[in-house]
Amino acid sequence: MEEDRLSGISLIHQAQAQNLKKESGRQSFWIGVMWFFAFITVSILILVVGYVLVQGGKAIDWEFLTTSPKGGISGEGGISTTIGTTFYLVGLTLLIATPLGVGAAVFLIEYAGEQSLSSKFLRSVIGVANFAVETLAGIPSIIFGLFGYALFVSTLHFGFSLLSAALAGACLVLPTIIRTTEEALLAVPDDYRRGSLALGATKWQTLYRIVLPAGLPGIITGIILSVGRVISETAIFYVTLGGSYRLPTSIMDGGRTLALHLYYLAMDTRAFDKAMGTGAVLVVMIILINLLIDRVSRKLTAGVRKVR
Amino acid sequence: MSARMIADKTVKVILFASAIVSILIVLAIGFFIFRESIQAWSEIGVGDILFKTVWRPGQDQYGILAMIVGSVSVTLGAILLGVPLALGCAIFLAEIAPAGVQAVVRPAVQLLAGIPSVVYGLFGMVILVPLVRKLNVPGNSGYGLLAASIVLAVMILPTIASVAEDAIRAVPENYRHGSLALGATKWQTITKVVLPAGKSGIIAGVILGVGRALGETMAMIMVIGNSVIMPQPLSDNPLTFFLSQARTLTGNIAVEINYATGVHESALFATGVVLFGLIMIVNASARWIIRGQKFIEKAN
Amino acid sequence: MKNISKSVFLVVSLILVAAMVAACGGSSTPGAPVSDPSGGNSTVTVSGSTTVQPLAEKLAEAFMTENTGVRIDVQGGGSSVGVKAAGEGTSDIGMASREIKESELIEFPNLKIIVIARDGIAIVSHPDVNVGDLTIEQVRDIFSGKITNWKDLGGEDQNIIIVSREEGSGTRGAFEEMVMGEDALIAATAILQPSNGSVRTTVSTTPYAIGYMSFGYLDETVKPISIDGVAPTEPNAADGSYPIVRPLNMLTNGEPAGMVKAFLDFILSEAGQKLVVEDGYIPVK
Repeated sequence: MEEDRLSGISLIHQAQAQNLKKESGRQSFWIGVMWFFAFITVSILILVVGYVLVQGGKAIDWEFLTTSPKGGISGEGGISTTIGTTFYLVGLTLLIATPLGVGAAVFLIEYAGEQSLSSKFLRSVIGVANFAVETLAGIPSIIFGLFGYALFVSTLHFGFSLLSAALAGACLVLPTIIRTTEEALLAVPDDYRRGSLALGATKWQTLYRIVLPAGLPGIITGIILSVGRVISETAIFYVTLGGSYRLPTSIMDGGRTLALHLYYLAMDTRAFDKAMGTGAVLVVMIILINLLIDRVSRKLTAGVRKVR
Repeated sequence: MSARMIADKTVKVILFASAIVSILIVLAIGFFIFRESIQAWSEIGVGDILFKTVWRPGQDQYGILAMIVGSVSVTLGAILLGVPLALGCAIFLAEIAPAGVQAVVRPAVQLLAGIPSVVYGLFGMVILVPLVRKLNVPGNSGYGLLAASIVLAVMILPTIASVAEDAIRAVPENYRHGSLALGATKWQTITKVVLPAGKSGIIAGVILGVGRALGETMAMIMVIGNSVIMPQPLSDNPLTFFLSQARTLTGNIAVEINYATGVHESALFATGVVLFGLIMIVNASARWIIRGQKFIEKAN
Repeated sequence: MKNISKSVFLVVSLILVAAMVAACGGSSTPGAPVSDPSGGNSTVTVSGSTTVQPLAEKLAEAFMTENTGVRIDVQGGGSSVGVKAAGEGTSDIGMASREIKESELIEFPNLKIIVIARDGIAIVSHPDVNVGDLTIEQVRDIFSGKITNWKDLGGEDQNIIIVSREEGSGTRGAFEEMVMGEDALIAATAILQPSNGSVRTTVSTTPYAIGYMSFGYLDETVKPISIDGVAPTEPNAADGSYPIVRPLNMLTNGEPAGMVKAFLDFILSEAGQKLVVEDGYIPVK
């Protein structure tokens, strides 16, 4: 009996040893391939970012950053107004999108489970709302642009303006803000809410004083992600913001973001150096935004750990 | 007391309104784009738009089939190039890389996702197109599906990689432990146990990448040539298909929207409707597949 | 309580839906300007043709240095957008690099057309191409795809790569009218670019490429091709020996007034026309 068991075990060990011998060569190969793929990916990043930064860096100086583009065929001037326009657009878009997005997320998470909402109609409305957010997230930016052009620029006569662009942009980033806020709210422990309600606070007070502050880092992450999105996007603002290189003085004025300016420089002028310079400024902004998101989400997980 | 409760109720209503704004936006988008396209559908005819290959608004021809093929082809190229790379990165980050290397590679992948599409387009114009042109095939201008597929592959890589990585990480540890305990090597475990278990999530990631690829506009305009032809191989070698110039549905909209009026403009919105439809189908498939996956995980 | 909440929710939803319906119900009335034409305020909006845009920007800069209270906003959008914006009043001035169509004059009967300059369309090739002179028929045959190799024109044995503008472009429209004529169509294999500048970039960087673009964009990166021995220069266009010339138009809704009139007067004045010549266009006189 004992020999049977022992020989059985030794058979298994034999099979394992055989497998190891046969497979370890293949494994080393494929793991090497994985390292190689990762290496290629990082190299692509370094290549693209590096090229843009190096070529673009040559064109960047104080004058480039502080003078306005002068238009014309040879792309004279700098990028000062485009930086301003980008900031205005980001600000206006977030002004519209953040209350809507956070409000929607709060409702979908905090109120959706309520007893009083057990009526089938309202539950299905909420289901549809969730589906709508998912759908919005998948719509390409050119479609948002077309929509913005049809509704805001044309039908509502806002024309090519910060307003049209910001409204379209708000639709674009809304799913991002809703989703990240939802995740932030879900991460807040239920005990917080129960404790507050037990002390006699209303739901709104609980939200306002306890839950939202606790979820704030996540919400901020969503906002920063949206900032990055607005800065990088082109197609949607191409058809809603107009191409003027001047700095908008009101929300009904049009303008150019950095990304749009890059596109116009690359396509319409021969100032590739300035296009690269604009690209370099853009890339630096994105890198800084990514670092910021990293910092904030680390603070988020640290906060959660503290609670435990 | 009642003042606070009124405040509470008011807040609830306001928040509800915010929640349904999303529904309204989706409906509005569908409505407006469809409305603007009606003139095209009625004056030109659904069949003539969807199935004809000649797009010459100046001659009253509005066939977008060539653009549909263009979009699908460049997406196919991007998937062929991008999925192996993305999957490799996902496996690498989830299973193979030591923590220090992860801390370098993962932010790199995230940064790739954040780079504006015009920067990729610029890079493609200045570096890739001349490179592709070096392939000595008559009719190869450098602009076309190959350059565009490469650019697109790089752009969708982060999307696929991060979803795939999440899917791989979600596979329970005991799957791996069980496999290793039976004597399988790490690589065997990955290929025969982990990847099949995370299959749905990985496929969902690929499909999300497809959706992203179909929707990309600016980078495509800059490198694909925008010629309104059915992509064809340039020589006897079928691979030269990818050297063909093409135009995407998105490019069709962006390149001509500035100058179009009347039926022409409406036809561009019709292009938008087709694009919208294609992407809805793609995203619905992704959601359907993920739903299956979550169910299986819960059952475990 | 439950019923009241439910009806409040319904009312709110209905209000929001009604707002959207009301928004889409409104339509523009042609000829009725929405923004006050700058008799009153000090912003002039100019939009339309991307060909005219750089010239308009330059003229605007000059005008604004003299008249510091005014702000002139120049945007692109294309000739057709320019006509529509001027006609509907969403822009004070529209720019068009082509003749205005019959249908547009019917839709916007109050449209006033002011020719601010004339512009030649040059045929250009990559600098390495060693063919420098063509007839109009040859140009037509190249762009329609009948002639596909430079060797048929006395050049090297290389495929000709055609670069064109997109449909609806004023520059393309003018090219089609004056070179292609009624029957020939630009080949579908052409690389299409959405602006003069991108045509120039493509032609200058793609060996054996040929394209067409506005005179104003000519520079040393592309090689100009003479038509029937006549080189594409401003004097040749001005005296009529160069055949491919088209008007650059600015459009207003009704008679221009106030700052708009002042700007247009400036453009047509000697100072303005001098800038026109500087940028490579032909003055109106």
